[in-house]
Amino acid sequence: MNETYTAVAGFAQTWGLLYFMALFAIVLAYALWPRNGKKFDEAAQIPFRED
Amino acid sequence: MLSLEEGGFALFLVLLAFACLIVAGKTFDQVMAFHASVGALIAAGGVFYIFKNYFDDGGVQIPQEIDGKPNYNLGPIKFGAVAAMFWGIAGFTVGLIIALQLAYPALNFDLPWTNFGRLRPLHTSAVIFAFGGNVLLATSMYVVQRTSRARMPGKILPWFVIVGYNVFILIAGTGYLLGVTQSKEYAEPEWYADLWLTIVWVAYLLLFLGTIWKRKEPHIYVANWFYLAFIVTIAMLHITNNLAVPVSIYSTQSVIVWSGVQDAMVQWWYGHNAVGFFLTAGFLAIMYYFVPKRAERPVYSYRLSIVHFWALIFIYIWAGPHHLHYTALPQWASTLGATFSIILWMPSWGGMINGLMTLSGAWDKLRTDPVLRMMVVSVAFYGMSTFEGPLMSLRAVNSLSHYTDWTIGHVHSGALGWVGYISFGALYCLVPWLWNKKSLYSLKLVDWHFWVSTIGIVLYITAMWVSGIMQGLMWRAYDSLGFLEYSFIETVEAMHPFYVVRALGGALFVIGALIMAYNLWMTVRYGEAEEAEAAPTGSLAAAE
Repeated sequence: MNETYTAVAGFAQTWGLLYFMALFAIVLAYALWPRNGKKFDEAAQIPFRED
Repeated sequence: MLSLEEGGFALFLVLLAFACLIVAGKTFDQVMAFHASVGALIAAGGVFYIFKNYFDDGGVQIPQEIDGKPNYNLGPIKFGAVAAMFWGIAGFTVGLIIALQLAYPALNFDLPWTNFGRLRPLHTSAVIFAFGGNVLLATSMYVVQRTSRARMPGKILPWFVIVGYNVFILIAGTGYLLGVTQSKEYAEPEWYADLWLTIVWVAYLLLFLGTIWKRKEPHIYVANWFYLAFIVTIAMLHITNNLAVPVSIYSTQSVIVWSGVQDAMVQWWYGHNAVGFFLTAGFLAIMYYFVPKRAERPVYSYRLSIVHFWALIFIYIWAGPHHLHYTALPQWASTLGATFSIILWMPSWGGMINGLMTLSGAWDKLRTDPVLRMMVVSVAFYGMSTFEGPLMSLRAVNSLSHYTDWTIGHVHSGALGWVGYISFGALYCLVPWLWNKKSLYSLKLVDWHFWVSTIGIVLYITAMWVSGIMQGLMWRAYDSLGFLEYSFIETVEAMHPFYVVRALGGALFVIGALIMAYNLWMTVRYGEAEEAEAAPTGSLAAAE
């Protein structure tokens, strides 16, 4: 029981951390990628496009 | 010809009506008999309307576009907006009644139906799910259509979603008054109401996804991401937390499959994410559409909104265990919950800054436009309560704050300040747009609403802070011999003045909502019609 707990906790503590860091890095890269800038500027205007 | 959609819904409702009739006839449970009868009547009414509508319009197809412009479906949104206002006033009033009951217990009237224990879930469900839910349904249907530039799919489907959701509210609310509850906070409705909500919610998800699928706009606007996260997560939470086995299909009672601390953990995983995804993500979607729209400038940083979205949804889902400090839950689990709550400071404040800074260069509008002021104050309250929340999730602070009125004060700074004000702001924008009016009946009255209810909120939360901290300190006070210094009843007595102040604050909030309802009614009834060109932008701020 205790060994299982240690194994699961160890797995969660290392891989959980890496998982969150990797996700955050991907999100940041997507959001800040210079080539996406123009697309995002246009997207921000969507609420003002009337028809 | 009757479409597959109309025929399908009609068949489903006919079967449902018969099923309800059988249950109503065979049940031994009076409340079940009542609810099944209501269900049979409403299902039969639904069938009647499907056919009436079909014969009235001769089965013509509704055009997707008129003159090259999307033919937006506004009927169900109007229904949602009216229902939101109605349930809002009902829910705030019940809140005021139970606040008065706490100050003056005689107001329980010694009747089971008016007892605090039954009225309290009526209040929480009415304000969160009935008021907040209708605001979310109505605004999401509006925002997703306009930002996708497409009409919602289906003829019956949108009506099924909005009416079906309100039927759930009706069944849940009357159930509470008659003593039906599964005793899970914010998830009190019993199995049959939960089952019905599951069906309605899946229909809602399909409706929302269907609109996005039909979109003419290549990019999915950020508000839709928040709405989608809200819809998907609520489905997941609702189903997991309500996995219950009915005692019999003729009984209102059920037994949950989780037991002991697992049940507590599932419950607070649900409970905290109801805050995170219903009361936060959904209303952030409102912020990302209505604040830019009203301020007439795009969101401060679209890039920040993307980081805000992904960070918020990936972190919020882990924060639940902080509700279970000092319980049978292992300490590491509640520590994990508290840790994620602290990390939540980042996306919460990132979102708040994004909302507030949208006004940069247009701050003068706060002076002239009380609707925008309401939404900005709402975002400020969001910042304040998301700062306070993680603080209270820490074990040391929680040992003082838990089970006290401090929690109630915290919840209401979020609920009245953030959720209430962003909803009021959205409804003040939405009603003239939906009914094609130039502007609101009176901005002066919005000003009155703003100040009356702001004073109400301040009275409410300050009274609860003082009362809660006092209560926590009295509970933990020992004398020199190690005995508790105060009996429980002494703490109750000490809290009386703060309960009176809290009720006063609540009364002001109700008065504000009544002013709003009058203003919206006059807007719909007597407001000046917008020109034939239905272009609502910019015309609102110019009133007065």
